[in-house]
Amino acid sequence: MKKKTNTNLLWQLFTSMFLLSSCTFGGGFVIVSLMKKKFVDEKHWLEEEEMLDITAITQSSPGPLPVNASVIIGYRMAGIPGSLAAVFGTILPPMIIISLISLCYEQFRTNTLVALALQVTRAGVAAVIIDVTLNLASNIIAMKNYFYVALMIVCFLAAVVFDFSAILMILSCLMIGIMTAFISSRKECA
Amino acid sequence: MPVILQLFFSFMQVGMFSVGGGYAAIPLIQDQIVNILQLMSIEEFSDLIAIAEMTPGPISINSSTFVGMQLGGVPGVLVCTLGCIIPSFVICLSLAHFYYKYRSFSGIQTVLASLRPAVVALIASAGLSILTLGVFRDGVTTVANIQYVELSLFAVCLFLLRKYKVNPILIILGSSVVGTLLYLFL
Repeated sequence: MKKKTNTNLLWQLFTSMFLLSSCTFGGGFVIVSLMKKKFVDEKHWLEEEEMLDITAITQSSPGPLPVNASVIIGYRMAGIPGSLAAVFGTILPPMIIISLISLCYEQFRTNTLVALALQVTRAGVAAVIIDVTLNLASNIIAMKNYFYVALMIVCFLAAVVFDFSAILMILSCLMIGIMTAFISSRKECA
Repeated sequence: MPVILQLFFSFMQVGMFSVGGGYAAIPLIQDQIVNILQLMSIEEFSDLIAIAEMTPGPISINSSTFVGMQLGGVPGVLVCTLGCIIPSFVICLSLAHFYYKYRSFSGIQTVLASLRPAVVALIASAGLSILTLGVFRDGVTTVANIQYVELSLFAVCLFLLRKYKVNPILIILGSSVVGTLLYLFL
């Protein structure tokens, strides 16, 4: 019985990632938004904060973000076999699609219909990310901790106005986090 | 050393040193494939980047698949993508292990709490840049460049997501089909 549920879980990990990966145009944060919807809101496998922590870890590790996130989520749900199932689901769709396209890439690259479909899909992808952002941001605001709200606004401005890189931003916030942890532990001792 | 083994180690280096998303990987792949191994010309490489951007999936997986297919068929694909993901696998498994072991400690909680606003901000800025590219012609933000089909498509999608919690996969596929049809018949 245990074995059966485990196989079922691995299959769910694989199929979820296969589906998400097939639809992820335009960078790692698109798939993070989709993963948040799938694993936090729909399947209730992860807590929202956990998903954000995982994103921070994947963003600061080398390698493709969706692969990194699949490794961690797979590990969380079913250990190393879970990681393998999730990663396999993530890399299979691009492998199949690119293998097929590489046979006739000149026609694909210059096809106007493909270019058009790609351009309009951005509107839908943007809507998905903005929807997830609104949920995440409102939860940070609902914590009623002005420090974190301010940190979020500063980071957003740094990314949009000053083109601050993601890895630098996470490292800076890591420093800030270590300092706050240090200060609050000093307060507790005093 | 056989080409296929060279490719494996090349893509392993790409996987190991590309920190911070797809666009960090492009110069690394270029260095390995065009400059060091000379398996592709720079023109072929720019085609590859164009295609990688037009198809779903991480850019380094896309390019390792493309290079592998061009140079060694299906076995080439397997070797290149495996090389690319092995470093991620090892590093992220170790990080995941430590995260789940120590995350309940209060000190670690405080540290993680300051990372979360940064992640939300990063997701927000990614959303904003895709929105800009989608709604404004060539991503140039002036009133004259607003593309009204995309703008209305975005508004409808966001409304469906917020109000009716429509499945995001449906939204992405739907926007692609409806948008293309609108352009063809308007």
